[in-house]
Amino acid sequence: MSAETMSIFSPKVSARFDALVEKYPVRRSALVPMLLYAQDEIGYLSDAVIAEVAHRIGITELDVRNVATYYSMLRFKPAGKYNVQVCTNISCMLRGAYDVFEKFQDELGIGHKGVTPDGVFSLEEVECIGACCWAPAIQVNYDFHDDLTTDSVPGILAQYRQKSEGQNNA
Amino acid sequence: MPRLVSHPDEVKVVSKRFGQGAANIDKYIELGGYEAIRTCLAQGPDWVIEEMKASNLRGRGGAGFPTGMKWSFVPKQSAKPKYVLINGDESEPGTCKDHLIFLHDPHSVIEGTIIAGLAIGSKIGFIYLRGEYRYLLEIMEKAVADAYAKGFLGKNIFGTDTEFQIITQSGAGAYEVGEESALMESLEGKRGVPRIKPPFPAVVGLYGGPTVINNAETIATVPHVINMGGAAFATIGSPRNGGTRLFGISGHVERPGVYELPMGYNLKKMIYEVAGGVRGGRTLKAVVPGGSSTPVLLPEEIENLGMDFDQVGKAGSMLGSGGVVVIDDQTCIVEFALRTISFYQHESCGWCIPCREGTDWLKKSLTRFHAGFGTAKDIDNIRYLAENMMGRTFCPLGDAAAMPTLGFVKKFRKEFEDHLDGKPCPFAKHTEMAVV
Repeated sequence: MSAETMSIFSPKVSARFDALVEKYPVRRSALVPMLLYAQDEIGYLSDAVIAEVAHRIGITELDVRNVATYYSMLRFKPAGKYNVQVCTNISCMLRGAYDVFEKFQDELGIGHKGVTPDGVFSLEEVECIGACCWAPAIQVNYDFHDDLTTDSVPGILAQYRQKSEGQNNA
Repeated sequence: MPRLVSHPDEVKVVSKRFGQGAANIDKYIELGGYEAIRTCLAQGPDWVIEEMKASNLRGRGGAGFPTGMKWSFVPKQSAKPKYVLINGDESEPGTCKDHLIFLHDPHSVIEGTIIAGLAIGSKIGFIYLRGEYRYLLEIMEKAVADAYAKGFLGKNIFGTDTEFQIITQSGAGAYEVGEESALMESLEGKRGVPRIKPPFPAVVGLYGGPTVINNAETIATVPHVINMGGAAFATIGSPRNGGTRLFGISGHVERPGVYELPMGYNLKKMIYEVAGGVRGGRTLKAVVPGGSSTPVLLPEEIENLGMDFDQVGKAGSMLGSGGVVVIDDQTCIVEFALRTISFYQHESCGWCIPCREGTDWLKKSLTRFHAGFGTAKDIDNIRYLAENMMGRTFCPLGDAAAMPTLGFVKKFRKEFEDHLDGKPCPFAKHTEMAVV
């Protein structure tokens, strides 16, 4: 049984992983990025993801879990389709990040690490995302939104809600 | 898209191609790119290292170690392959300079990496970006592919018999991986737990081979050093601190942004002139000069302070990553200290007990203190805890948590005392802090 024929990933991601393990002098170097890309496709590190990644790298599932639990972006439970990550670290905090975070909580009706009932949004308070000079800043999945005020919040959410509905109707 | 700023006092060396579309390889070449590496290929490794030494370029990640000297430590002969590793894990709160380099000038990182490889006799370079910087990783990956297509990377770079390969890598969320030994662990597919030193990476590094690790800004500066000459580069800065630096000014200023200023530039001027002064005409209370791990400075301490590694060190703090965080008089320092320590508590990997326990207890104490349940004894306890973390951990994360805490307690003891006896925080709660 090869991981390639039994893959839980799409053909595109599967092909990417085939190339990824050959990219480094040592196969295991593919582990951290592979986990992140796997999560991007599946939504979280499910047991099936862990099993296939372990197989592809050639290490035990326990070893994969041991590494995965170290990295804060990796999760073991599904998040929303759009994961809203609000930085509240010092530079953002000084410019009103907690107001922004509270506004997101109010608008979405969820708290830190919560997921909306429809699964469209999840919310997280995160550490510094490297946008300190454009604070307060957030990331929605990998997209940055900066120079925010509480007034920007409804517009950002509407933008992603529309995107989600567009995809559902397509 | 991050906003670019400008000020007449800026000396644009590293940032000179920002906003000019230099992520495109042809544009980069048109703007003088990939000239430095041709010079280096013609002159050879010894010449490159001498130029780097003459430039007085010091590591921009925070430690300020002279780059030329670092390169010269790598043994010429090695049974194992040698590696160049570029640290783009930029995670120190207050720091967002590498963000702009990857976005606007990715080829300068590639060119600098090839030059470093040539200097130490390495055939492989790694460029590691934090996982959150996915869009920047994609820009870097495109730039690397374009450089391969032009023959600037590969078996015979620039038509010579020199080989150099670049491999990009993504992290997945970990501040500690910014520490060089943890970075190597992460790149090897492990938890980013630090290694004990010695051996130093220059001798035993990535995959056990000799490794040079440079910050992304440092490496992006290298081609400019070569083009202008090490000696000319050194004259821009202050003694023993060559060149310019990308200072990220954030917090309570009118015009936050990343400004490129000569090393040694006056901090007060940086805040009041370059960044437009304290927001809303308020009064300056404190400055964190080089990212969240550097001890806080008071307004009277920055009057004549030149921003270079030596002068800031002499003032009792550190230049660090060049992230200047400005704090106004409406801010509660206890809350600021709490937010700072919360970060380190979150990021501590738990490997070394003084850091794991220390950050946790500091967070607990400060949380209680800020809520008005502190006792007078707590203030000394906080200091005692922090003092006992210093120098007792494998990596500098323990120090990075302890140093700012000590600064806050020593310099703002009165403010801590104002929280005593169940009194509410004398400042408005954080949600009102940003209202101007």
